[in-house]
Amino acid sequence: MKINVQHVAGLAKLKLSKAEEERFSSQLEDTLETIEQLNEVNTDTIEITSQVTGLENVVDQDAVHPSLTQKEALSNAKNTLNGFVVVKAVIEE
Amino acid sequence: MSLNTLTLKEAATGLSEKEFSSVELTKDCLQRIKETESTLHALVTLTESAALEEARRADELLAAGNTQPLLGIPLVIKDNFSTKGVTTTASSNVLRDYVPPFDATVVEKLKNAGMVMLGKANMDAFAHGSSTETSDFGASKNPWNTDFLPGGSSGGTAASVASDQTIAGIGSETAGSIRQPAGWCGIVGLKPTYGRVSRFGVVAMASSTDSPGPMTKTVEDSALLLNVLAGNDPRDATSSPKPVEDYTKNLRNPIKGRKIGISAKYLEDVDPEIILSFEEAKKVFEKLGATIVDIADLGISILDPKYSISVYTILQRAEVSSNLARLDGIRYGSDRESFGEEAKRRIMLGTYTLSAGYYDAYYKKALKVRTLIVEEFHKMFAQVDCFFAPTSPSPALPIGSSKNHPMFGEMADVLVEPSSIAGLPGINIPAGFSKAGLPIGLQIMGSQFEEASVLNFAHQFETATEWHLRKPTL
Repeated sequence: MKINVQHVAGLAKLKLSKAEEERFSSQLEDTLETIEQLNEVNTDTIEITSQVTGLENVVDQDAVHPSLTQKEALSNAKNTLNGFVVVKAVIEE
Repeated sequence: MSLNTLTLKEAATGLSEKEFSSVELTKDCLQRIKETESTLHALVTLTESAALEEARRADELLAAGNTQPLLGIPLVIKDNFSTKGVTTTASSNVLRDYVPPFDATVVEKLKNAGMVMLGKANMDAFAHGSSTETSDFGASKNPWNTDFLPGGSSGGTAASVASDQTIAGIGSETAGSIRQPAGWCGIVGLKPTYGRVSRFGVVAMASSTDSPGPMTKTVEDSALLLNVLAGNDPRDATSSPKPVEDYTKNLRNPIKGRKIGISAKYLEDVDPEIILSFEEAKKVFEKLGATIVDIADLGISILDPKYSISVYTILQRAEVSSNLARLDGIRYGSDRESFGEEAKRRIMLGTYTLSAGYYDAYYKKALKVRTLIVEEFHKMFAQVDCFFAPTSPSPALPIGSSKNHPMFGEMADVLVEPSSIAGLPGINIPAGFSKAGLPIGLQIMGSQFEEASVLNFAHQFETATEWHLRKPTL
């Protein structure tokens, strides 16, 4: 199994050095080889389990709760303006 | 005697009977931290002056007759629990400067119960590992031999409790992160049923298995802490609405006539010294009147735990990649350049297995095998009262063992992964020492929400043995 490390890093928004690319490429392929042993287990008629609690359709009450103040919510942002978080432009003019 | 060596139960009794004050108790813990911390590196943040202030307030409340369960009790908390106003790094450079504006539900409950927080404990960065060696701030050391690892990811908490820096601690487990370091450091560690303790405010690793829990000097202490931690939380939709029991109520029940399941599959590739302790422990349970049954003799076949390594690796990496996608350095924390190697490796694998064309082959396949594992345990617990096995395949490994081993944690946690994937409760109990003087831990697992039963078996074993009383010399 060959992984396109650059493509995956792009999807994950990670910048990898050349050395990391090489190292991850071989390590990830080793790991994939290990986890492919799951193919030895027959699951043709088995349903998936994505959660184990058995809870379904858990909804919050439609009520006002105490929450963070704007100041608290912004307290860890590196760049703020007039009570908002400043982000890089994602749409060009 | 220094007060920091007390168990939670002893400390609470001493405080309520006015034998000593919370300030005295807290000062002894802080003194022990000062003596040992340069060797152990168990903590990433020490909150000394706040702790003394909380202890003074606790003493006033105690004098006024208040009786919260943890009033004046010093604790350390793993650094992935959000603590209002106190840096919460998850031992990562990405969150190095993050000061949460809110408390995790677990922390809120502990504060309401009256705890004195001594500090935040070191861990594998983002809980990615079983050694603390992936911590961006350096590994913690095992108090029994500082050339060895404490295990992880809750290794800082384990080292702190084992060395009597604190009365007890809080950890979190995704698959092994409470039980394995508890085993390697010779303390008790309880992973509750998934959904029994709220995940709100815990830096997320694998959301479908993350379970906060107590790390303590005795089984009874774990029961006392679970009484505080357990319960439904509207802020965590996966937390269970099931009523909370008094987890101390069954501790003293005799286990005569009860059935303990074991399986040869949990003994393959396990260190001979651990097998020896396991055999001795079986005799202890039999002396207490319990019956040991090989589940194979009950007609129950289980998948080799090695398959759980694969299921866990797929599920965990996938959930890690989506959970850590939120870290963009915009609202809080640093940008994605600050991720350490292990986090990057996990994000990469998770992103790959979730990417177009591979979801069915990996993620969906893992969720199907998870179903088989859940069903196996279900069948097993219809016939036995608990399941007993070693916690880890080996005692603590030397510092450096996790380096250049991309699946180190998964291999070290092979025996705790099946029960974690199935969301079941499990507890590590001290059960011996290797010839080299390192602790040996064994685990008792139970059916969903059967913490009281698991604690009962563990307490009975502890009452009949003295392994938990040994202390490391530091």
